[in-house]
Amino acid sequence: MSIRRTLATSGRVLRQLRHDPRTLGIIMVIPCILVTILRYVFDGEKPLFNSIAPLILAIFPLLMMFLVTSIATLRERTTGTLDRLLTMPLSKLDFIFGYALAFSVVGLLQACLVSGVTLGLLGVAVQGGTLPILLVAVLSAFLGTTLGLFVSAFATSEFQAVELVMPMLMPQILTCGLFVPRDHMAKLLQWLADIFPLTYGVDAMKRVATSAEWSTTLTKDLLVIVAYGVAALILGAITIRRRE
Amino acid sequence: MNNKPTSSGIVIENATVQLGGKNVLNDITVILPAGRTIGFIGPSGAGKTTFIRSIVGRQRLASGTILIDGVAAGSPVLRKRLSYMTQSVSVYGDLTTRENVRYFAAMTGARRNDARQMADSVLATVGLTPQSRQLASSLSGGQKQRLSLAIALLGDPEYLVLDEPTVGLDPVLREQLWKLFGELAQAGKTLIISSHAMDEASRCDDLVLIRDAQLLAHGSPEELCSRTHSKTVEESFLKLVKGDE
Repeated sequence: MSIRRTLATSGRVLRQLRHDPRTLGIIMVIPCILVTILRYVFDGEKPLFNSIAPLILAIFPLLMMFLVTSIATLRERTTGTLDRLLTMPLSKLDFIFGYALAFSVVGLLQACLVSGVTLGLLGVAVQGGTLPILLVAVLSAFLGTTLGLFVSAFATSEFQAVELVMPMLMPQILTCGLFVPRDHMAKLLQWLADIFPLTYGVDAMKRVATSAEWSTTLTKDLLVIVAYGVAALILGAITIRRRE
Repeated sequence: MNNKPTSSGIVIENATVQLGGKNVLNDITVILPAGRTIGFIGPSGAGKTTFIRSIVGRQRLASGTILIDGVAAGSPVLRKRLSYMTQSVSVYGDLTTRENVRYFAAMTGARRNDARQMADSVLATVGLTPQSRQLASSLSGGQKQRLSLAIALLGDPEYLVLDEPTVGLDPVLREQLWKLFGELAQAGKTLIISSHAMDEASRCDDLVLIRDAQLLAHGSPEELCSRTHSKTVEESFLKLVKGDE
């Protein structure tokens, strides 16, 4: 693995995004608009919005980066660029970490904007401060990127890559505790939620929102997300085969 | 002629590739000496791309061996000595011409400034300097093909493996590319160029005729023509196919 090649790959991915202002706009602006809409959906229930909004800040980056990465890497697989790269002197990890780094940076920018709107304009108060919120959001973006990388191996078209959001992410969103507290769910779903990585992202956001202190459980939640991300990266590396 | 395996060149022995239980490359044995322009000629679907992918190390052999300079195809040491231009135009459409070449230059291991110089130089070689700032997706078909070729020139590889580099190009552009291939051959490079256009065959030093996953014949265009009492490679190919059946 080489730092230079990893950074060059990140730079290249970011440059591709820069040439695609529409995608960049969708990544940055749409979540801000959606969270604002949500605020007025809960117009008569402001306290409820205040408790939900931080959780949304963990879900958006996961969803967005998953979509963008799975399609970007699928394109590498289908257009032949990956084919060519794999005959060149770079490590698969340069490629994979390059992507993870680039989209984590995009995730950070997105998180800054969305939390700016949520905490600033919409006046949602969090006990733990803005920085921990950003950290959780970036980790969630990282997780979305790594899952997207891994999953792109199972899609043969951009169509399928988008469709994979349903089996891969929707179950996580449904059971993460956004709609009802998890201990109100059926036992089986609680077990499932314990396995899903998004659960830990949402829990981390909840802890940051409700407590001014950094707890060890918060650290544990974040480590679980990182572990899932790294595992998905390794699986992603395995799905990229030098020799077919 | 020296028939012993040499340390330079590509030695292919009993190479067989299976895909979906079918032999798409069947027991091919041939020695391709270094420093020559070798044409892989055959109809589409004959197995040219599979053969090429085996040589660049992207395709696993079911049996047999491919040695390049004595090293098994696909070995990490070969990644700096060999470049591969895929059949599809493998460039990033949403990057400019220059950004594409710079990125791949960095992947060869070049430092930032060297990568920039390398990029400018290969763009000049293929005549794409005026299109440096243009998005690759907005290039014409022939320009995209040349961009893809420019990337294959990065890092000054000794072996250039080009899968149908001239397909779909107009005659003028094809002529230009063959001139460039000639210059590379002059510089001592080994070129493997696949084509289903028989008229390109006469420009190669060595021909590998492939049909139905089999090696039909190997030799220089002159040898093949005299062996089959033909005037052109195309005629020779047709006679060989008939004799084969």
